[in-house]
Amino acid sequence: MKQILLSLCLLFSTGIFAQVTISGKVTGARNKPLQGVSVTVKDSYDGTVTDSTGAYSFSTTEKGNVTIEFSALNYNKYEQPITIEGANLIVNAGLKEELNELNAVTVTAGSFEASDKKRAGVVLNSIDVATTAGANADITSAMKTLPGAQQIGDQEGLFVRGGAGYETKQFIDGTVVNNPFFTSVPDIATRGRFSPFLFKGTVFSTGGYSALYGGALSSALILESIDLPDRSAGNASISPILTGIGYQNLNKKKTASWGVNYGYVNLAAYFNIVKQKPDYFAVPEFNNGDANFRIKTKNGIVKFYSSINTGNLGLRRPDIDSAVLKDAFGLKNFNWYNNLSWRETLGNGWKMNLGFAFSKNNDKLSQEIQDSANIKALTPNQPWITGKNFNFDITQNFAQGRAVFEKRIKGLSAIRFGSEYIYTDVPGTYVQFDTSVKQTLTDHTAAAFAEADIYLSTNLALKLGSRYEYASIIDASNLAPRISLAYKLAKNEQVSVAYGTFYQKPENQQLGFSTAFGFTKSTHYIANYQKTSNDRIFRAEIFYKEYDNLVKTLPQFNNAGSGYAKGIEFFWRDKKTIKNLDYWISYSYLDTKRDFLNFPEKLTPNFAAKHTASVVMKRFVTEWKTGFNFTYSYATGRPYYFFQQDLNTGKVNIADQGMTKDYHNAGFSLNYLPNLGKQNAKMFWVLVGSVTNVFGAKQVFNYNYSYNGVVKEPVGLPAPRFYFIGCFLSWGVDRSQDAINNNL
Amino acid sequence: MKRLFFSIALIAIAVFSNAQSDKFAGAMQAGFDKMKTAQSPADWQSLAATFERIANAEKNQWLPYYYAALALSTQGWMDQQLDKDANSTKIKELCKIADGLTTDPKDKAELLSVVNMACTQQMMVDAMSRWMTYGQEAGKALQDAMQLDPSNPRLYYLQGMSLFGTPEQFGGGKDKAKPLFEKALALYESANVKPMYPDWGKEETVKMIAQCH
Repeated sequence: MKQILLSLCLLFSTGIFAQVTISGKVTGARNKPLQGVSVTVKDSYDGTVTDSTGAYSFSTTEKGNVTIEFSALNYNKYEQPITIEGANLIVNAGLKEELNELNAVTVTAGSFEASDKKRAGVVLNSIDVATTAGANADITSAMKTLPGAQQIGDQEGLFVRGGAGYETKQFIDGTVVNNPFFTSVPDIATRGRFSPFLFKGTVFSTGGYSALYGGALSSALILESIDLPDRSAGNASISPILTGIGYQNLNKKKTASWGVNYGYVNLAAYFNIVKQKPDYFAVPEFNNGDANFRIKTKNGIVKFYSSINTGNLGLRRPDIDSAVLKDAFGLKNFNWYNNLSWRETLGNGWKMNLGFAFSKNNDKLSQEIQDSANIKALTPNQPWITGKNFNFDITQNFAQGRAVFEKRIKGLSAIRFGSEYIYTDVPGTYVQFDTSVKQTLTDHTAAAFAEADIYLSTNLALKLGSRYEYASIIDASNLAPRISLAYKLAKNEQVSVAYGTFYQKPENQQLGFSTAFGFTKSTHYIANYQKTSNDRIFRAEIFYKEYDNLVKTLPQFNNAGSGYAKGIEFFWRDKKTIKNLDYWISYSYLDTKRDFLNFPEKLTPNFAAKHTASVVMKRFVTEWKTGFNFTYSYATGRPYYFFQQDLNTGKVNIADQGMTKDYHNAGFSLNYLPNLGKQNAKMFWVLVGSVTNVFGAKQVFNYNYSYNGVVKEPVGLPAPRFYFIGCFLSWGVDRSQDAINNNL
Repeated sequence: MKRLFFSIALIAIAVFSNAQSDKFAGAMQAGFDKMKTAQSPADWQSLAATFERIANAEKNQWLPYYYAALALSTQGWMDQQLDKDANSTKIKELCKIADGLTTDPKDKAELLSVVNMACTQQMMVDAMSRWMTYGQEAGKALQDAMQLDPSNPRLYYLQGMSLFGTPEQFGGGKDKAKPLFEKALALYESANVKPMYPDWGKEETVKMIAQCH
């Protein structure tokens, strides 16, 4: 009996007192010691954490075959089976950094991400877009403060790195937006049709964009629409130029929402106060209605957005070829845009993105020569009259279907593939004098694409893509390879390079004259360096682009055009150095020449300035509940030309050329939020005031020439400044405080 | 003899299982003792690891997971070099496991209070752009916790801290925070804390009330 007890005691004591010491060193990448790694004998209480030299040591009473587990934040767990027999043990470990979307290297060459995602490296978020002074909550205008984009003020669009405005395409949830801007008015830039608040993410690619997108020679603006709203809310906006009302409903289960909005814009009152250079015989007037629904599915969401815009305006300017006559331009626009998308995670690493877009745009343009009494002039048969008296009724029907599938392979590596089909039908009637010409351009474009993200290590990622396109109207196809590589130099610091070819179909204006074209082509080479932290971003990028097969309209219609663009760009954003001040600076150097359209030789186009820079500043003063925003943009002068065709030889000559003056534009805006943070406030309102070109700098974008080239007139702004004042209200009850107040 | 052997076996089992729960209580107590002297972020990190080891060895006790999460959130408040997103993600994971191990709404409320701190720390990385996401997540955690257990003083302390740190113009400030701290203090005074259960925040609340004057 005693013996049994004794042996039991012995058993217990050996169990308790037979300790061994386990020690070792833990290292990470490049054999750097890791501090704070938890070292544990799995399923026991025994363990410790490493010190600043990566060393650890602890004693354990465990015996036999056990597993030592090493774990640390952002590192993969590492397990080492060992056998404890009585002697002290040394167990060293090398940990690998965990690969996740937040710390993984991503290709940043050519792409500016503006989104509400958590990842560092996001350049701007949606609020930034809305509060950029001088942009008047227009997405494109805000993007113009980023490097790569030109300060073009006499036509809409993003003119990127020597590319024309139509060489940038906009995409919403994957599908192309055929008419992203309000219809062009001669020499006046129009706004984009979509509010920045419709989107949670924007990627502004100034080159080298993904094979998932196509049809844009220079740049892609990729917009991702918002998901379900946070709550039900009503909203209204009031300003001298616009009034609007809307409602957004979120169901109780927070699984579905719907909303409708209506806005009316009329510039009559504004133009009475702020005189405009053109004489508006029909003051710009717009009706904008939209509706949406969003439904959560099992692992995804279905979203639908539809908008209808109508617009009407007419303006008159002195005719450049005559001392007494005037040019009268009228525009009636109808636009209907629809976007249906379905995003779903299918399980087993599969994801699906389906998109369908349909839009119809009709423009009724009228142009006539009027006399001093504003009555249609019976003009003599002069050569300069041609093209100044016409009516043009043109419709653009657009439909696109698209499917993209993604499969995660290992870690973050993934392949994506899909295809899309675009139908465009452009019927138009052109009436000049009494001759009427009817024409329809119909095109079927089909594309298939595939892309692979390959993570060779945590620090090295490769993106390989390829895109095939066929367009029926020109009966041509192309295959565009794209490749990019990103390498992480250190935490928050990386370099990336990108190469790709991009194709674009000639524009409808050109296809109306001839369809004997091929695709226009550009080749991009980009290298980028980026360093980011939460409060600061620095980017530098150099690029070289080749343009081939550009459309020529004179002396013949063909694809004989070509060109190049090269440059260097910098971007710096800082929220840290000066307290409460958030600012960014961008600078672009651009050297580009191209021979296209009616150019007689390779020339720097009118939409390319050599140096462009912007400074954007934002400061929110809490005590006043007011945000002050300031933007200053500068660009060196841009070339302008007057081309004349020798009617005998057909040769085009530069009859005159020059440089516009430097461009200066200072914008200012403020937002006053009186209810900010007020608990249980039923109404939330924002007062916005803004002015563009504060100092009234004379802006010259280009020159218009008379038919004979004798008279030239600068193209400037319709008014030196644009003022906006408005009040935006929303009603929605935030119930988050109820539980707290009920318990007090 | 047979009976004797049987009773010894019984005693041995009792001693052993007792030793097992003593071992748990002992290890927890050792952790609590270290908590009293913990100062640097590294101390709290080490404490978190200690509690996590206990949690992973026991597997069915929610308290060690809770304390591991709490220690990480304390480290989060102190360590400005820390990756707050990764740390908070880990805290939320620990709280989620713990939440599955208890059915008591009061325990669940305690866990939500730690989730609230994790979200708040994530928000503070870039408050201007993150308050819409993490600020709301933090608020929701606290709101849910109050519904589960309106008598938990820490919830009012945390709500008070949030208001205290919010500028008056945004609906915060001392005046707004003070009644919450007072409510918390009253609840602390009447609280009946079970052994090993959360019992932090009273000292801080007293200090905050003093600062509200």
